[in-house]
Amino acid sequence: MSIQDAPLQHNHPDSLPPALEKTIVKSWKAPIAYGIFSIIAILLFVVFGREGVSGFRLSTDSDFVQIPTIEAPTRATDIVLTVLLLALTAYSAFLVSRDRPVRLWITVVFAILFLIAFLTWAAAGATIPVPGLLVGAVGLSVPLVFGALGGVISERVGVVNVAIEGQLLAGAFVSAVVASVTGQAVLGLISAMAAGVLVSFVLAAFSIKYFVDQVIVGVVLNVLVTGLTSFLYSQVLTKNTDLLNNSATIRLPRLPIPGLSEIPIIGPVLFRQTIIVYILYIAVAVVFFALFKTRWGLRLRAVGEHPQAADTVGINVARTRFWNVSLAGAIAGLGGAYFTMGSVGSFNKEMTAGAGFIALAAVIFGRWDPIRATLAALLFGFASNLQSVLSIIGAPVPSEFMLMLPYLVTIFAVAGVVGRVRGPAAAGKPYIKS
Amino acid sequence: MKLELRGITKRFGALTANDHIDLTIEPGEIHCLLGENGAGKSTLMNVLYGLYKAEEGDILLDDVVQHFAGPGDAMAAGIGMVHQHFMLIPVFTVAENVMLGHEQTNAAGVLDLAAAREKVREISERFGFHVDPDALVDDLPVGVQQRVEIIKALSRDAKVLVFDEPTAVLTPQETDELMTIMRQLKAAGTSIVFITHKLREVREVADRITVIRLGKVVGEASPTATNAELASLMVGRAVELTVHKDAATPGADAFVVSNLSVVDPHGQLVVNDVSFDVRAGEILAIAGVQGNGQTELTEAIMGLQPRVRGEITLDGKSLRGLSVKQVLASGIGFVPEDRKEDGLVGEFTIAENLMLDRSDGPPFVKAGTLQLNYLKEFAERKSKEFDVRSQGITTPVGRLSGGNQQKVVLARELSRELRLFMAAQPTRGIDVGSIEFVHKRIVATRDAGIPVIVVSTELDEVVALADRIAVMYRGTIVGIVPGDTPRDVLGLMMAGEVPDSVTSPPEGAAA
Repeated sequence: MSIQDAPLQHNHPDSLPPALEKTIVKSWKAPIAYGIFSIIAILLFVVFGREGVSGFRLSTDSDFVQIPTIEAPTRATDIVLTVLLLALTAYSAFLVSRDRPVRLWITVVFAILFLIAFLTWAAAGATIPVPGLLVGAVGLSVPLVFGALGGVISERVGVVNVAIEGQLLAGAFVSAVVASVTGQAVLGLISAMAAGVLVSFVLAAFSIKYFVDQVIVGVVLNVLVTGLTSFLYSQVLTKNTDLLNNSATIRLPRLPIPGLSEIPIIGPVLFRQTIIVYILYIAVAVVFFALFKTRWGLRLRAVGEHPQAADTVGINVARTRFWNVSLAGAIAGLGGAYFTMGSVGSFNKEMTAGAGFIALAAVIFGRWDPIRATLAALLFGFASNLQSVLSIIGAPVPSEFMLMLPYLVTIFAVAGVVGRVRGPAAAGKPYIKS
Repeated sequence: MKLELRGITKRFGALTANDHIDLTIEPGEIHCLLGENGAGKSTLMNVLYGLYKAEEGDILLDDVVQHFAGPGDAMAAGIGMVHQHFMLIPVFTVAENVMLGHEQTNAAGVLDLAAAREKVREISERFGFHVDPDALVDDLPVGVQQRVEIIKALSRDAKVLVFDEPTAVLTPQETDELMTIMRQLKAAGTSIVFITHKLREVREVADRITVIRLGKVVGEASPTATNAELASLMVGRAVELTVHKDAATPGADAFVVSNLSVVDPHGQLVVNDVSFDVRAGEILAIAGVQGNGQTELTEAIMGLQPRVRGEITLDGKSLRGLSVKQVLASGIGFVPEDRKEDGLVGEFTIAENLMLDRSDGPPFVKAGTLQLNYLKEFAERKSKEFDVRSQGITTPVGRLSGGNQQKVVLARELSRELRLFMAAQPTRGIDVGSIEFVHKRIVATRDAGIPVIVVSTELDEVVALADRIAVMYRGTIVGIVPGDTPRDVLGLMMAGEVPDSVTSPPEGAAA
């Protein structure tokens, strides 16, 4: 690593002294990473390239506007894309050698090009249903986004929420049982939120009132909820499936939004969904707005950044934390309902399968911002669904490897791209008044 | 508004921090609360502000007894506080910080930032503060942050304003400006409680002075009292305010730093092209307001900073790139600025702390085994030599007073064969008796022919100890001047200005 001077900049208002001089610390991280992926591209797409024609179907049969399927010659397309990847690598190396930063958009463009090249290669002689791929991705992302929203709120107020997994699972279980017994979807959704809140109560009580380590409480809660729901499932639910776990009454209907659902590609993906998904759109927007524009959000962030400062202006830190952690639980619980009511229609043992932890990763990858966390959750959902679509069309990748894909993407995203970011300063620290 | 405290008693376990304290602040007066670190001044004010609950006693405003459940009540009653450690949220803007806790919103709970900005501008203008309401607090220098704290209190119509050690983080110029602000506030009818342990400031602005010692009020004094009178009242015995030292007899250049820069993780040059030298048998003081690169400079010398450029040589041998252990082995004694965090292990005993940096061989360790007999003998000898007051060498250092903790650090660092001694903030937060002791040991080290670096933010200490003074400002050394340079010149240099009377460091000094 070498260091070089950059010119001084003086562009501050009068009240500020000149900023400290800056230097650029040369980092070859990005060009090296691009280079590795370019080599993989050359080997996979050019040297061991596949012959044939790759198809991308862009509309479903029921669409109002029909778009023809795109067909591309596999090898020629991949060679073009690989050359573009190499060009981007060279460009980033040029930037670093001139002490200029490698911007995020270059990484995004690189990733998209690599993804298209990979899909083209995998789809040689077959056709990828693009709307199906995206619909599935959104479906897998929904609980992740809910979980991430809960995580963002909880961590922004200063409580690390490892219990997202437990909140999701509790929401999934309770919503299934309530919706099945009552036949009322609304009751099912409300009870899912209540279940998430209950899990949060335990987390909040132990971490805020008794200063127990938040991570430990969270982990224990996950184990507790997993054990409890598994026990009740095998001892109670399976004995009376028709009454307690009946997918016919549990599953929510899809509600296409007239007009919007006919937009090519986007329509079927975003606007032919269940009510939970529409609630999600509203929740993301509301949480984002409220977090940064309202009194609630200002106080919440203050408590998570510097609880003592909040205390000295008369904000009750413990109460603010308690109720916002509860709110986070309600949101995550609603995400749990998607597993049962919005998706398969019945509860199953450990059906969240680690989604809560992926949601936690999305919180960090999204830098504690509701919109970015949502995008991160969508990325993870996409990776999961890509795996299943590729095995369906018979791509020449071992299925065991494909199963790793979502987690590989998560690790790369969180470790590689995020690096060191600053979360809420007081997250994870109990506020102890003397 | 008249504020009265009657018989306030606050205990923390066995410790009585405030013992039946009575205090009356008349409307429109500046009342100084003078006392040593740990005398109980801040505790008293935190009781007043509703942060602590007192075991006994009453708080009266205009002769009405108040019951504060928390700071919110105290603020509503008209008490404002400028805390020693600013109670500002670094990632918020000035306006957001000022509005926090009493936000103006529309019906839907959406913040009215425009009103908050207007309020900041209005108060800024009234007192000539020049604070940008949209600036991020993190980006502001501490002096401006303090003004934000004042604006915060005034925006809630505070009638009594408490300043808790407000000058600790300020340059002398900023301190003067703060005094002017206090007088302005007083003229506007605000009562002010000014907590400090600095005699000069007290005599400058106070209308009345109350002195607190060990949690009790020990007397009142008038602003016309001399420094010596105030100091003896504060400490409880006559104190020597000056350090006795003979003229230095510097030898050859022993420790040379040239073109040293330290880069932080954001690519900022926190230490920027710094060059100086220290000769054997002299004290070089590094002065400057907290946070101008002194910490990073000492850490770079010790090998604790990862991104360092330039050269550091001790007796002709380069120290750059060496591990901390190698740096220590080359004969550097180091007193870090935060003794609790970096200097000591609080749960360890005095004896264990005294051998912390020598756990890798004889005489303390043989064949991987601690030599407990030797350690006991060594620790007892050093405790006596450095006047560490404790119940014995097996007392955990965390239980000692700040002064005694610092003596343990000093004992450890000075018990090796040294070629350079470097002390950062050696007397921060310790009692006057210990300050005298620490200063004597530092001068004695110099007289033994060892080059000494003292990093200090306290101008008094710098002037008392230094043979030469290097002033740091925003990562650079503004200038290196003789030890007898007048305070106002040093003050200007601490704000980054180089007065005409100061010539640049002599040629060759930086080579």
